[in-house]
Amino acid sequence: MTFNELSWEALAFGAFTILTLGGALGVVFNRNLVRGAVWLVVSLFGVAGFFVLLSAPFLAAVQVLVYIGAIGILFTFAVMLTRSMTNLSERFNKQAWLSALAAVTLFLLILLAVIAPIFGEIAAPSSEVVATTEDLGVALVSGDKFVLPFEVASLLLTAAMIGAIVIAREED
Amino acid sequence: MGCDNIINTFAPCLSSSLGVPIEIANFIGIFLGVIIVASFPLLVAIALIWTERKFAARIQDRLGPNRVGVFGLLQPFADVIKLLGKEDITPAGADRPIYNAAPVVSVVSVLLIWAVIPFTPIHVGVDLSIGALYFLAVASLGTLAIILAAWASNNKYALLGAFRVVAQLISYEVPLALALLVPVMIAGSMSLVSIVEAQAGMWFVVSAPIAAFLFFISAQAETGRAPFDLLEAESELVAGYNIEYSGMKFAMFFAGEFMHVFTNAVLMAVLFMGGYLGPFVDQIPMLGLVYLLIKASFWYLLSLLMRNALPRIRIDQLMLFNWLFLVPLSVVNLLVTALLLMIVREVGLAPDDPRSFVDNIPQTIVLFLGNAALFVVVMSMVRNRFRAQRLAETQTDDLLPATAGD
Repeated sequence: MTFNELSWEALAFGAFTILTLGGALGVVFNRNLVRGAVWLVVSLFGVAGFFVLLSAPFLAAVQVLVYIGAIGILFTFAVMLTRSMTNLSERFNKQAWLSALAAVTLFLLILLAVIAPIFGEIAAPSSEVVATTEDLGVALVSGDKFVLPFEVASLLLTAAMIGAIVIAREED
Repeated sequence: MGCDNIINTFAPCLSSSLGVPIEIANFIGIFLGVIIVASFPLLVAIALIWTERKFAARIQDRLGPNRVGVFGLLQPFADVIKLLGKEDITPAGADRPIYNAAPVVSVVSVLLIWAVIPFTPIHVGVDLSIGALYFLAVASLGTLAIILAAWASNNKYALLGAFRVVAQLISYEVPLALALLVPVMIAGSMSLVSIVEAQAGMWFVVSAPIAAFLFFISAQAETGRAPFDLLEAESELVAGYNIEYSGMKFAMFFAGEFMHVFTNAVLMAVLFMGGYLGPFVDQIPMLGLVYLLIKASFWYLLSLLMRNALPRIRIDQLMLFNWLFLVPLSVVNLLVTALLLMIVREVGLAPDDPRSFVDNIPQTIVLFLGNAALFVVVMSMVRNRFRAQRLAETQTDDLLPATAGD
């Protein structure tokens, strides 16, 4: 067999990795914030690709819808409204070292979490069944699963929305 | 294996007759499929340009294009040759890569929708289990293309146009998505093929007319066509977001818009009028494409009529219409439909055989009556509101027109 399933998946994985990491580097190194936002969209698109590879098409579509369709546009829009931000002369700001420290610590922690299990016993996958969108929907509202986090998240979003309305409201 | 059904047996036949490895034959098969699916809307767009120009001309009491070819049928080709010959201008201070990429993203965002549209019972690009959500996700890329085009042009009129676009397109995505949920709920699936098959007994336009209306209106607004054409609004913004574009790049935005209008018509046919379903489709699958195009043409011509017959509305009216009328109506419609569907299923009126017309009648009657009741309530509310407004105007004898908001 010249092209087996695995090699196609590996190719796609490589392509999405390049998109994700390349886009992320573009965000960090670009002085033009609108271009940075475009690179962010590229990076998020790569993440959507990973979701497809992980047999989670629902999450992939939500990733594109929410992160690219909504947040990407919001970022671009916010940057455009503050024109002086579109061309930054400084690449580093005053908090550069602090944020570098935070980013490296976080990265090392994640790296540890990913690499550490490799040396232990190989755990069996928690489930053989590929979950469908219906399973996800049921899990979000069933009492013994994720109903509490789901409701807390909804409450948080509602609070944020009310806050936005209060800020945006004209004084009577 | 017979080589008569080209779609399912293309790859095996190619590999057996020419000795190509099956993996490469599969790849070629998929590749050709992608090319066909992506070219189809582009080819249709050529016919659409002619239709649109003729239709608009007749409404405006003109003849329309009639010099190039019979009935002016070759006019689109002449247009394309003219556009190809035009100078390709990039304004000074433009962000070149983004400026060049934006028209492509705009067209691609529409072409990608066609990947999930079922043309006939056996010809589907991909039957995604999340087809309806995929449509929303992909369509949102178009907004990004427009805003980037405007920003990259380095032109204030373009940017003004883009600010309106974001406000308009993001607002109208809300009723669009909520209306889309209704056929998804009735069919019990987000796959477009399942939605079409669920209409074998009864078209959803009968059981969910309000959702069809909401989807049609918001889709018209998503394409930025009159009466919602504020993103171009020639008399105010010169041309809106695409003012700096010329030649083929300009044409790509327009091709994207033409295809978007037709794509929405096709989606209306798929979601509410049974897509490819029709007599004898089981025997001759290609008939499905004919039915789909006929149904889509109905919605397309309705959309053209709306574009040409209605005046443009103001930006505040546009926003009020969306947030005070379409969004509340779509939320209530969603809740009412969900409740009625639940009641129908609990009482046992749900069709035993979804493909049978007779079995679908009780459920359809309940849903239709629910829609009709909602329609009456909403219309009387609108009537009372505007009557009160008119009375207030005549009493104060105010010469200034009242703003739509209060």
